[in-house]
Amino acid sequence: MTKEFVVKKLVFNKLAKIMSDIKYKVIVGLEIHVQLCTKTKMFCGCALSFAQQPNSRVCPVCLGMPGSLPVMNKQAVEFSILAAMALNLEIARFTKWDRKNYYYPDLPKNYQISQYDLPISNKGYIEIPLESGQTKKIRITRAHLEEDAGKNTHTSGDYSQVDLNRAGTPLLEIVTEPDMNSAEEVRALAIELQRIVRYLGVSEADMQKGHMRFEPNINLAITKDGIEYRTPIVEVKNLNSFRTIERSIIYETQRQLDEFIETGKTLKMGNKSTRGWDDDKQMTVLQREKEEAHDYRYFPDPDLVPVVWTDEDLERIRKNLVELPIEKRKRFIDNFGLSSYDAGVLTDEKSLSDFFDEAVSAGGDPKRVCNLITQTGLKIANEKGCKVNELGFDAKALAQLAKMVEEGTIGASSANIVLAEMAATGQTPDAIAQAKNLIQKNDTAEIEAAVEAVFAENEQAVDDAKNNPKKAQKALGFLMGQAMRKTKGQGNPKLISQILNQKLGI
Amino acid sequence: MSNEILNLNLIEIAHLISTGEITSLQATQITLDAIEKHNPNINAYLSVFNEQAIEQAKKVDAKIASKQTIGPLAGVPIAVKDNMCTAFGTTTCASKILENFHSPYNATVIEKLLAADAVIVGKTNLDEFAMGSSTENSGFAQTKNPWDTQRVPGGSSGGSAAAVAARMCYAALGSDTGGSIRQPASFCGIVGLKPTYGRVSRYGLVAYGSSLDQIGPMTRTVGDAALMMNVIAGHDERDSTSVNADLAPVADYKADLCGQIKNLKIGIVTKFNEGATPDVCGAIKDAIAVYKSMGAEIIEIDMPHFDYSIATYYIVATAEASSNLARYDGVHYGYRNKDADELVAMYSKSRAEGFGQEVKRRIMLGTYVLSSGYYDAYYLKALKVRNLIRSDYTNAFEKCDCIMMPVAPSTAFKFGEKTADPLQMYLSDIYTIAANLAGVPGISIPCGYDSQNLPIGLQIFTPAFTEHKMLKIAAMYEKNTNFPKLPEMK
Ligand SMILES: [Zn+2]
Repeated sequence: MTKEFVVKKLVFNKLAKIMSDIKYKVIVGLEIHVQLCTKTKMFCGCALSFAQQPNSRVCPVCLGMPGSLPVMNKQAVEFSILAAMALNLEIARFTKWDRKNYYYPDLPKNYQISQYDLPISNKGYIEIPLESGQTKKIRITRAHLEEDAGKNTHTSGDYSQVDLNRAGTPLLEIVTEPDMNSAEEVRALAIELQRIVRYLGVSEADMQKGHMRFEPNINLAITKDGIEYRTPIVEVKNLNSFRTIERSIIYETQRQLDEFIETGKTLKMGNKSTRGWDDDKQMTVLQREKEEAHDYRYFPDPDLVPVVWTDEDLERIRKNLVELPIEKRKRFIDNFGLSSYDAGVLTDEKSLSDFFDEAVSAGGDPKRVCNLITQTGLKIANEKGCKVNELGFDAKALAQLAKMVEEGTIGASSANIVLAEMAATGQTPDAIAQAKNLIQKNDTAEIEAAVEAVFAENEQAVDDAKNNPKKAQKALGFLMGQAMRKTKGQGNPKLISQILNQKLGI
Repeated sequence: MSNEILNLNLIEIAHLISTGEITSLQATQITLDAIEKHNPNINAYLSVFNEQAIEQAKKVDAKIASKQTIGPLAGVPIAVKDNMCTAFGTTTCASKILENFHSPYNATVIEKLLAADAVIVGKTNLDEFAMGSSTENSGFAQTKNPWDTQRVPGGSSGGSAAAVAARMCYAALGSDTGGSIRQPASFCGIVGLKPTYGRVSRYGLVAYGSSLDQIGPMTRTVGDAALMMNVIAGHDERDSTSVNADLAPVADYKADLCGQIKNLKIGIVTKFNEGATPDVCGAIKDAIAVYKSMGAEIIEIDMPHFDYSIATYYIVATAEASSNLARYDGVHYGYRNKDADELVAMYSKSRAEGFGQEVKRRIMLGTYVLSSGYYDAYYLKALKVRNLIRSDYTNAFEKCDCIMMPVAPSTAFKFGEKTADPLQMYLSDIYTIAANLAGVPGISIPCGYDSQNLPIGLQIFTPAFTEHKMLKIAAMYEKNTNFPKLPEMK
């Protein structure tokens, strides 16, 4: 045994001993930036559209040219208020704009117009669905509106380039309380928030385009020998995919636990650090050791006037609130008896949930409609790269198809064929079923005749079904198949099975 | 002949051009000649648009000849302070940091001047970024007072004041953050009007103290100032702090000038007047006596917080300036130190070399008062005092129609007299600053001369958005006296 190995083993034993009487819990709070999908930027008339050419969506205002002045985009404020309402936040009747002063090349004025002590909203919560089927309320501290900065590009030369197309884009900053205790919860919140802002139509929330950016604050509550310790808080900057959010939290949990065991370092004033996610190494890396004593010298922006809301204004905005995904999910489970999984799938996108609702209102059996959508509709939509409601048939046609299955006009598996054809041709389910000979025979007399003919041809099987418990199941299946064949596959299987059982006396 | 034309006031020349008695080309050429002759000595202008002015004059003449509708300033040579953005020429703010800066757009007031068919002949000198009271803080030139070239023209709109007084234009635009229109107007013996905050759009005015800055006219008569106000006043959707027409409609200031205000009540604070030099104090007393003779009643008022206005101003204005001027960093435009090898060095070297002393002093002061730990003690407190100063005016206007006092404690001082002691310089704005903090309008009109034949200004305040009344009160005095007279230009 080499010396090195002995040492390693000793350390391992020591760790194992410590681990055995340690309990820990991860604590996460989030800062989230959501880009709003207004027509124009926050304080100027530049179009808020994706532009290939750098610095092509700019004007004197968002370039911060001397003498230019900001003018508030009312739509952005109303979008923010709507989102804040959906997040159960208290809307401030009086809100103002402040300047956050700091120097950076992507910030043309060297101050950012933001909101400091009087944000548009305070104190709310978001209810998130968990895999267990339960939900959890995460408190939201505040949500405020601000302008985004541009983008610095560090080229290989000895200079950097600045693209200000993004400068002045309206951002809703949402700050949560440290109420999340697992990577799963954080991921669930991120996804739920994405759904909410999309439902409301206030953001495209496209993660790949950076429409949502997350900055988790992570630390651990460790109980050792009955004493609780808190590890120093780590802020992970600028995460823009659900996967990296989840992984950074899992990684940080382990790293902080290891660090605590090794060094015993605990949370103190000023020992918060900032880390970034390295996607190649799949780990967080230190960016700033200590929290810098940033003095942003916030003060009210003298170029903008405060915003005052009346009851009427807020009521008008509130009218744009829609049923939120979590409410819809509950309704689909409670009222329609859908599984939590199916309800989740159907409510992932508002357009799909609306389409489903419409089909149910048109008389489609909820479970039947759900199956048609989840088993076939989504698959075809995925192949075509569109949404289910864009497949070329309306919700009424879908309801019609569900009804045909329910009434036994066509079989469940035929229904999926019909649905595919509806998507391809836009024809009615009835016409398709007729044309494709998928209409089931529901004529009792005809089916009875067929069953009797089968019985006559297969006496042994009838005998087995009736009297031989060992072979009964197999014989019954055989007789069923023969009867289907006799009806050229168009007999309603339910009816055949019923008549078969009746005639066999079982 | 050309002197006669140059000595005409704005309304007169505008009338003669519009009726075809003089062409705009004549007036413009004569003005450009005057600039060529006097500017090398006076240094009122930082840039002159010779070709463009001639071209514009010809265009207006053609319009008049073909009987097209023309604007109220058709063909008249006008100057603008070089802190208003023009899409032509440079906009320097008299700062090295913007020495070769070309604005991509016109300020709203520039658009309005052009829409009124004015001929913009050039851009005038100022204290760098409008920070100063003598124009000595210009990064480029020392403007001289046309009454005595050993003396300052006042500031920060010293170039505009000197250009108007020296007949190098018929009217000019200035900007006033703490007295920068009224004090140079007083020093140069012309009329200077600071409108109510929100009356004139600030869009395109390079910001110094955003909550205090206002653009206003500098002219040789009260009527001329009224005509200029007709052109530049009004709501601008690009400036959120410009007031909506339904809240404060824009008057026809020129038409409103006729007639007298009966039973005019003038508020004065005797001890303020006595704080000025004996010559100034005497001239103000005489001016008020003129109003008395027209039937005005003089009421002693109290403005208990006036004394705090300089301290308050230097907190509010510098705090805003420290943020407003952060954008001049050498990254996107303006002066950049080429030797810096990393970002922070580029920032600090560019700013250290690009800004002058006074600008740096105010940026540091403003940065300090906004810093955490000092914000409440300075900035927040200053905002509270600002409200008290505002209420001083409100309370006073319950007792009187207008308030009168000197514009400045003395007449124009000599170069270098106050540059060594910034506080001494700051105190020369004691009478003007409170109006910016309160947002009320103020006007400076010539009301006499001191023993050295230097002009003295009378300052009149009226309530917010009553410029029409203020102009009318000023016009009453002008009609009943021999002022203004103008400095001789050799
Ligand atoms: Zn823009």
